Amino acid sequence: MKFAVKALSSGKARAGVVHLGSCPSSIETPCLLLSTRKGLPIFISPDLLSSLPSPDSNLLQFSPLHLEGASSTLVSSGREVSKRCVNIGQEARWGDTTPNFDSSEGPSPKTISSIGGLHQMVGLHEYGFAAVARDSIQCLPECGSTNKTGASFETPCGRRLIKPVEYMEMITSMKPNLWATLADEVPAWANNKRNKTSVDRTVKWLDECIARSPAGGAVFGSIVGGSNIEERKRCAQEVAVRNVSGYWIGGFGLGESMEERPSLLNAVTDNLPKDWPRMICGLGLPEEVLQGVAAGVDLFDSAYIYHLTIGGFALTFPLDRTEKIDYNYQLSDQGSDRTKINLRATVYRKDATPIVEDCCCYTCQNHTKAYINHLLNVHEMLAQILLEIHNTHHYLGFFRSIREAIKEGCFEQFQKKFVQSRREHLAADVVSV
Amino acid sequence: MALRFEVLGRFNRARAAQLTLPHFACQTPLFMPVGTQGTIKGLTTDQLEEIGCQIILGNTYHLALRPTSELIDELGGLHKFMNWPRALLTDSGGFQMVSLLHLADITEKGVTFQSPVDGKPMLLTPEESIQIQNRIGADIIMALDDVVRTTITGPRIEEAMYRTLRWVDRCIAAHKRPHEQNLFGIVQGGLDPVLRDICVRGLVDRNLPGYAIGGLAGGEDKDSFWRVVAQCTAALPEDKPRYVMGVGYPLDIVVCSALGADMYDCVYPTRTARFGTALVPEGVLKLKHNAMVNDTRPIDPTCACMVCKNYTRAYIHCLVTKDAMGSQLLSYHNLYYMLQLSRNLHSSIVEGRFPEFVCDFLQKMFPKGDVPEWVCNAMDVAGIDISSCCSS
Repeated sequence: MKFAVKALSSGKARAGVVHLGSCPSSIETPCLLLSTRKGLPIFISPDLLSSLPSPDSNLLQFSPLHLEGASSTLVSSGREVSKRCVNIGQEARWGDTTPNFDSSEGPSPKTISSIGGLHQMVGLHEYGFAAVARDSIQCLPECGSTNKTGASFETPCGRRLIKPVEYMEMITSMKPNLWATLADEVPAWANNKRNKTSVDRTVKWLDECIARSPAGGAVFGSIVGGSNIEERKRCAQEVAVRNVSGYWIGGFGLGESMEERPSLLNAVTDNLPKDWPRMICGLGLPEEVLQGVAAGVDLFDSAYIYHLTIGGFALTFPLDRTEKIDYNYQLSDQGSDRTKINLRATVYRKDATPIVEDCCCYTCQNHTKAYINHLLNVHEMLAQILLEIHNTHHYLGFFRSIREAIKEGCFEQFQKKFVQSRREHLAADVVSV
Repeated sequence: MALRFEVLGRFNRARAAQLTLPHFACQTPLFMPVGTQGTIKGLTTDQLEEIGCQIILGNTYHLALRPTSELIDELGGLHKFMNWPRALLTDSGGFQMVSLLHLADITEKGVTFQSPVDGKPMLLTPEESIQIQNRIGADIIMALDDVVRTTITGPRIEEAMYRTLRWVDRCIAAHKRPHEQNLFGIVQGGLDPVLRDICVRGLVDRNLPGYAIGGLAGGEDKDSFWRVVAQCTAALPEDKPRYVMGVGYPLDIVVCSALGADMYDCVYPTRTARFGTALVPEGVLKLKHNAMVNDTRPIDPTCACMVCKNYTRAYIHCLVTKDAMGSQLLSYHNLYYMLQLSRNLHSSIVEGRFPEFVCDFLQKMFPKGDVPEWVCNAMDVAGIDISSCCSS
């Protein structure tokens, strides 16, 4: 993996370029990592992925926990609804399995290796994969169950405890382009003692992971520290001296406020070398992404698109940066807030126009709001497919505007204007009602 | 009449033809995926074109409920609404009478349903069914028939057959767009050859653009099934398409094609995909099964579809029944399989190697030579020598 900063804006925002071995083209940063489940987008099938702008859409987020199963000593019952905790470290086991015993969530690491790794397994040879244990959609850090042996996550198959050695086994078999070391993330309200422990543990696991690092694949050192500025600084400084190719900033999106976030982010990035890329998880909303960019983060994974999609929402906020204030805007759309529209709303039943008039995504080029409204009403999967395509396309466009603003040296203005215009519309809506 | 049907090749009763419809020129024998609610579950229209889909079936009953035929009409018809440039066929809503029977009340006037959406009574008359289908705008529309389960016996079958003929006249009278939409009549009569014969004659007298064989694929034994198909295909006109409704399994399609049928529809490929079952030359492959967990072979090494070219059984196993992507990928493969089967049937007949194709198909599906007796009997009538596939 190669990374270079190409342009700086006022402040710490930077535009860069990352080159991964498997991708034919370099990818510009700041960039969005597309969310995947088991390596493929949640709804967009691989042959439709190519309809998204390239190479922007070529970086995918991936959590090895999605395929976790056969490697661990976990014995789970066939009943997936149960959320009872099974802790591998304590060898707690279920009683005998039900007849529908489902042995695992995925092929074993050995099988994945024999297939040739993640890229081969999911048939996306020219894409880049960033592997991180935490996945804001499905694999949520469960700090209460994390202990000195491993990190605990809530997953669709119940609670899983992953030890560094198991994590590295998965990373080695999957061969992602870049991967974050195993981290102990705590929410913003964790007490100081627990927070401090999480930093010590994360650094320790970082060393353990690096020791088992496979050849090839770039290591991103994980940095935590909760909502404590000193701990954030300490962790960043520790990781900065390790032999890593980039940094993964964890512990955000876990309860910290918009107001306290910038100083926490800066506490990290101020203590990291400028030349290595920084990746973050948990900053999903546009305003949150802008905070990350302002602090000097380069790679973002976001659950925003997923939540919009399953809610039946489509992004509509304007992407062009010209001054355009729409005084004729009518608050007649139910569920519309100038950012997105809710296609379940009856107002779209007969709307034969695309979601966004000049959007060139597959969905807007081929389908109407009326059709998607119908699909949502009859609970057809195609609705989510079409929405994920549009929302991804739109959000990638947002990232493109960010990069343009940085290159033009006016990112701070861009951020201010963006945030302000959203607030203005909310204010206008209040007045007009 | 808004179609042209030109036979391009034959082998005994089997025929390969070009069926030219207002929106698309199709090649038969063909399989029509079922897009009940204006979409094939989990696939885009682009993907459907990519795998060679020619006609999609939409369901009048469901579309009339949501989003309503008036809305579809207002937005320019179903083709435009779903952005499908090729052919569409809508059924009449008749099948729902059978499948939702406990909610239905059938009289000479029509069928009263209790809407499963909101409990309101819905009356489907022949006239109403045709009006709805006129609004939806499919290339082929089906007459409303009084369909009875083949597992029922007694005077109800005769009643239904005669009523179907009377309803066909009402459908013809109500049809406002005969130059854009082809009204097919449906042969009923249960498993009774006498009734079936009367029905066929009655429909042929009406000189419709095409004919369907209805009331099958509902649990009757296979021996009765093929005999009804054989009887109907023998009696229906040579120069018009023959559509066996609700069929089905690849084996059934091969047999019916040998007997002279041209068109098929079934939810089976897409439905079974959502349960984790793939269609393969040997029959089916249950990808949910634990044996698949570490199987690094493709679903079907002889299949050229995107799924088989890129994915292992092991990977699909971890997706099926758990992730939307699993349904999508398997549906894609299963439909590809059915459409490839259609293409193979067409080309093998045109190229004069239909018996070889049939034997090859049966050998793969029954490697031990245990071809079911009903298939042997049907192939006998079809004049196809499959002795090389049968061990007995």
